[in-house]
Amino acid sequence: MGGSGSRLSKELLAEYQDLTFLTKQEILLAHRRFCELLPQEQRSMEESLRAQVSFEQILSLPELKANPFKERICRVFSTAPTRDSLSFEDFLDLLSVFSDTATPDIKSHYAFRIFDFDDDGTLNREDLSRLVNCLTGEGEDTRLSAAEMKQLIDNVSVAGLGLAGPGSGREGWTCGLKPSHSQILEESDIDRDGTINLSEFQHVISRSPDFAS
Amino acid sequence: MAQPLAFILDVPETPGNQGQEPSPYDESEVHDSFHQLIQEQSQRAAQEGLELQPREPGASGSDHQTLRQPEGVPAHSTATLRILASMPSRTIGRSRGAIISQYYNRTVQLRRRGSRPLLGDMVRSARPSLRLYDLELDPMARGEEEKQSLLVKELQGLSVAQRDHMLRGMPLSLAEKRCLREKSRTPRGRRRGQQGHGGGFSCCSRLRYACILALHSLGVALLSRLHALMPWRYALKRIGGQFGSSVLSYFLFLKTLLVFNALLLLPLLAFIVGAQAAFPAAPSATASACTGLELLTGTVRSCRPLTGDQCTPRVGGLPYNMPLAYLFTMGVAFFITCIALVYSMAHSFGESYRVGSASGVHAITVFCSWDYKVTQKRASRLQHDSVRTRLKELLAEWRLRQEPRSVCGKMRQAAVLGIVWLLCLGTVLGCAVAVHAFSELMLQSPVVAGREVALLALPLVVSLLNLGAPYLCRGLAALEQHDSPVLEVYVAVCRNLFLKMVVLGTLCYHWLGRRVGALQGQCWEDFVGQELYRFMVMDFVFALLDTLFGELVWRAISEKKLKRRRKPEFDIARNVLELIYGQTLTWLGVLFSPLLPAVQIIKLLLLFYVKKTSLLANCQAPRRPWLASHMSTVFLTLLCFPSFLGAAIFFCYAVWQVKPSSICGPFRTLDTMYQAGTVWVRLLERAGPRVSWLPWVHRNLVENTFFIFLVSALLLAVIYLNIQVVRGQRKVICLLKEQISNEGEDKIFLINKLHSVYERKERKEKARSRAGGTEEAATPPALLTEGRDARWDGNGPRRLTLQPELLA
Repeated sequence: MGGSGSRLSKELLAEYQDLTFLTKQEILLAHRRFCELLPQEQRSMEESLRAQVSFEQILSLPELKANPFKERICRVFSTAPTRDSLSFEDFLDLLSVFSDTATPDIKSHYAFRIFDFDDDGTLNREDLSRLVNCLTGEGEDTRLSAAEMKQLIDNVSVAGLGLAGPGSGREGWTCGLKPSHSQILEESDIDRDGTINLSEFQHVISRSPDFAS
Repeated sequence: MAQPLAFILDVPETPGNQGQEPSPYDESEVHDSFHQLIQEQSQRAAQEGLELQPREPGASGSDHQTLRQPEGVPAHSTATLRILASMPSRTIGRSRGAIISQYYNRTVQLRRRGSRPLLGDMVRSARPSLRLYDLELDPMARGEEEKQSLLVKELQGLSVAQRDHMLRGMPLSLAEKRCLREKSRTPRGRRRGQQGHGGGFSCCSRLRYACILALHSLGVALLSRLHALMPWRYALKRIGGQFGSSVLSYFLFLKTLLVFNALLLLPLLAFIVGAQAAFPAAPSATASACTGLELLTGTVRSCRPLTGDQCTPRVGGLPYNMPLAYLFTMGVAFFITCIALVYSMAHSFGESYRVGSASGVHAITVFCSWDYKVTQKRASRLQHDSVRTRLKELLAEWRLRQEPRSVCGKMRQAAVLGIVWLLCLGTVLGCAVAVHAFSELMLQSPVVAGREVALLALPLVVSLLNLGAPYLCRGLAALEQHDSPVLEVYVAVCRNLFLKMVVLGTLCYHWLGRRVGALQGQCWEDFVGQELYRFMVMDFVFALLDTLFGELVWRAISEKKLKRRRKPEFDIARNVLELIYGQTLTWLGVLFSPLLPAVQIIKLLLLFYVKKTSLLANCQAPRRPWLASHMSTVFLTLLCFPSFLGAAIFFCYAVWQVKPSSICGPFRTLDTMYQAGTVWVRLLERAGPRVSWLPWVHRNLVENTFFIFLVSALLLAVIYLNIQVVRGQRKVICLLKEQISNEGEDKIFLINKLHSVYERKERKEKARSRAGGTEEAATPPALLTEGRDARWDGNGPRRLTLQPELLA
């Protein structure tokens, strides 16, 4: 370990261990990595717990650099009033949720918040298209075309109240249970309001066992 | 109809983050006040006039400013948007109050485990539409503090471990969790301090508490040490970070195989090898000189545990019944392996299969396909590519299903498929015939001592066939065009496995059928054990060569000669099938040479390091998307069913039907190996009444087939019950989904009603302000009646003029 001031006290360590999914070694390692990002004068224990690290520095960590959702992750875990920096406890929260032992419940909760690009509590079409663009890569040639995006996210009318979306060719009430028409909203929007809220998201996630990793 | 309203009607200023939640106990009052509310509102509109404080649209928090409306959609009034934003279904994920009340309910349920919770307490399951009586002027802080204090009270009622577990699982920030923990801890400490009187009593409880705390911290420390002690943790993390969880699944499978082999080896070491080593009998025959070649060919003579040649040691005067011990230990080891396999397969299956997971594949791909373990930029780019390919494939599949192929095309595809399958099967049969012919050849020309290298010919041929035939089949498979690439992988795995099983089957027939006959006067068990050892060694050599040439040299060639920057891919399916093949060989041979699992363990350890080094240096992650947990289940199933089942059948046949050799081995005096057991049972019958239950058990449960029938019938009944339960659950899910969509329809209906009410008011206000200071026309009563009519008539779905999907 580094200088004498950068060790965490035992009670604090025990408390962190009880409240997060991380082991003691992982917490100490996280503290060390966090202190490396701070300027020299803030590396003492008390200071490091209070200090805030800006997003640019956090995003320079190699684990986050390659992640397409890195800005969203930082924004979701930040508890600063201006939501633009992370404290040590936010950092621990981040690591805890992404660790192997975190429950799928908490992972899906935070995943929902990460995917909710406009922070309005639901995943609407705009969120979904930004999500798909993040997944497929940032380059112009790597994105899905607009037609594919539309087809993927929503092509036909979602609510069957006698309304038709443009060029859908389907009418009437669909009970939403036909597996042949499978786009994202059709599959996951159970109450047919055009958006995916947290419960629906968790329902979709629960069907995929790969999510926990 | 498309004018944004700047209108407020007593809707409180709610920043988007904090939703206002009525306390869970008010559920019954909510329902009644809901339509009362609407009445109040319309009356207020009629009587008071309209308050027109223009509120900036950004009043409801910066969140709405980022709401971009899709084109052609009328913007809703700010008030409607604000109400929409504070709908409980939207604030569940965000507002602290909602989270706290949700976890309050969970703790309550935890405490009253047996009883069903009251409906009024089920905040989360209550219809959001019913809970939207949001228009009170409660300050939010009070509501949340109330909820927090309720939660704290509930947490105090739990034990320490449960409380920590609950807190850990809450999606709140660390600071808030600490605060909750502090609050729920202090009163107890105070209470404990107040128990000062009755010194003995408090001493006892303090001691007990200290003990519990010490045990708890010890347990936590042990667990964390154990976690750190797990072998190869760092290496596996590195592999996962660089290549993703698909390649990681291969290494995890390797680890699982190590565990199985260790499980198999332990009883064998204890009862057979240990007894042999502790009390060695005099060595028989001539012990030939040991050369290095023996490691390769396994031809070891003399009384060693590696061969089947066991002598009967004497354990301190009592005869240690070696044949019985041998038989029992083998049987028990196989049984334990079987149980462990079936358990892990069931466990993996339970984790990776979900009811109804066949549908919804688009959503799952989009939400769940990013592998967060990946940390390298190059691998991340590969992931982007693979996700994009998968999405495009899904869309293409869907489009294809919409426009199905013509009959002609379908017939052509079926014909091509049929031909390719026939060719592959032909290849497999050809390999089997080749193996058979070669083994007959080996039979005809017996090997003289000193030229044992020739014994390696058969393993060499088999390994070559195992290497070459899959490539041939893959080449043929390029002719067929499957619609989905995942199916291609499955088909390739299937064919490869079929080839290996057929070849192994031919070899088993050769050994148990022909070899036994040919080696009548000699030690055939010895020979078979050595053969299997040779096969394992050859398999290992070929794996090394394959790694060397397939990965290292290929990368060198492709980089230097062909100047391509792409490294060779790590073929997961083929490598896993190699592992399964090696394990099958071990299981086949363990009856004849008990130390074979030890050899397999050494081989697996070496293979781990070799593969890991080669992977990190030479390979790249596979480009095809790979459902890691699903494939792990498939691998375990393949390990269990063709592989272990085949080995078990071989074992049973060898024990029950084949006559042991008469000059070596512990069974040399018996007709079949199984007779060792029956002889012992007869011995027990004669021994006396004290142990008579064992022969009775043997006679009625093992030899009597009625018992087996009964057990199978029970098992089938249980399976059938479970299938029916799953079917019923599927039906229930369907019904619930329908109900939820109906509720959604309710919600849209009400939102539209709300919007039309506000719009009418705004229009009325605009008309009023345009008319200057003139008094309101006689619209209020009309508005009131009209509103009421609109609200209270008809239960059927009305034709609405707004598109409900555009409410987001």
